[in-house]
Amino acid sequence: MFEFANPKRFMDVSRPLVPWIGGIAAICLAVGCYFALFVVPPERLQGDTVRIMYVHVPAAWVSMMTYGLMALASLFALVNRHPLADIAAREAAPLGAVFTALALITGSIWGKPTWGTYWVWDARLTSFLLLLFLYLGYIALWNAIDDEIRAARAAAVLALVGAVNLPIIVFSVEWWNTLHQGESIMRRGGPSIAQIFLWPLFIMAAGYTLLFLTLWVLRIRTAIMTRAVRMRMSAGFAP
Amino acid sequence: MLSFIALVARDARLATRAGGGAFLALAFFGAATTLVPLGIGADPRLLGKVAAGIIWVCAALAALLSLDRLFQADFEDGSLELIVMGPLSVEAITLAKILAHWLTTGLPLTLLAALVALLFDLPVRGYGALAGGLAIGTPAISAIGAVCASLTLSIRRGGLILPLLVMPLLAPVIIFGSGLVGATLDGLHNGALPLLAAFSFAAVLLSPFAAAAGLRINLGS
Repeated sequence: MFEFANPKRFMDVSRPLVPWIGGIAAICLAVGCYFALFVVPPERLQGDTVRIMYVHVPAAWVSMMTYGLMALASLFALVNRHPLADIAAREAAPLGAVFTALALITGSIWGKPTWGTYWVWDARLTSFLLLLFLYLGYIALWNAIDDEIRAARAAAVLALVGAVNLPIIVFSVEWWNTLHQGESIMRRGGPSIAQIFLWPLFIMAAGYTLLFLTLWVLRIRTAIMTRAVRMRMSAGFAP
Repeated sequence: MLSFIALVARDARLATRAGGGAFLALAFFGAATTLVPLGIGADPRLLGKVAAGIIWVCAALAALLSLDRLFQADFEDGSLELIVMGPLSVEAITLAKILAHWLTTGLPLTLLAALVALLFDLPVRGYGALAGGLAIGTPAISAIGAVCASLTLSIRRGGLILPLLVMPLLAPVIIFGSGLVGATLDGLHNGALPLLAAFSFAAVLLSPFAAAAGLRINLGS
């Protein structure tokens, strides 16, 4: 783990890895989509709308995982003062925001035929909306501070404060929702998921996770290269 | 201890005298709550039902309004660096500033909220829960706000980004605070009070450390 923290070493190791992870991600997504669209039968109650689950649930999983990774990278950056961890945390945030938005959008597309409305103030939906704002705040803080080292440390502290608060926010929103349970449209205790529905979901989850990893590594590589170019330009070398 | 009290008193004086934000936060609270009936209609039953939620949200917004002055003014004229060089630890300084902010916004807002609740036709048995909840919960708003204010210190227009950072983190306070009033009105014991107190206690206890980290980052020491 620690020897990869050297940017040079990271660049050497990650370069041949990217096409492989990306390729496996593409295969997983293609196979998963095929099964989700053509092999899985329409569900008894939801009909064909159940297929939205295969693009929705993995997005939600990846967006939560991303915040965890971002907080871990921030902790590592604060403790070890390593620039690569700063870059890793910064480059994870927009991906996390996009996956969160994707989960919210696909969820509301699924909600319209199933619940009869695009949005309900359900506990999970509300937590995810707050998660999206946490991501946006983190990105905004990075962009607002000019000095890069200062921005990195401030954003790392914010990510950790958010990580400590996130379980409390989720708990409080769930508590709030049970308080208003009468208004909820969410139907609990539907038929438990059958095997045929379940394993294409895992293929899609693997595809989403690998897609995230590919994009993350690519973004980190781009950021390192951009920094190298900028340093050479400011040192007076013509590109 | 003496310098801690001196710092709290200095900040409280600065906030309440000319140019301080304390009075403005109260005026904002009054004006914002006045706009609500204009927006949603003057039906007393409806207003009584939403009173606690509106008051909590407006109180949080009013407290946010004065947050960017918490460290910013001292940072700009250099007095923050002098205070940091003084006998107090950075954590104690942030705790003093949180306390001063609460004394000049959270506490007056708690008192003013009772008056606004009267205008909103909140049933009388909800008053205790509203005022008690605000008294317990507003320190958490000052504390969490101080963390975010310390992180945005070096940003020229930090006041614009600050609400985006603070608001998602305030969700538990709003939920437990207005939930406490709702449960009291319904005659339920739903555990909002201990949860609100626990959250507020943890926020006030932990925030000075995070805010001190933020100050150290931006003071460059």
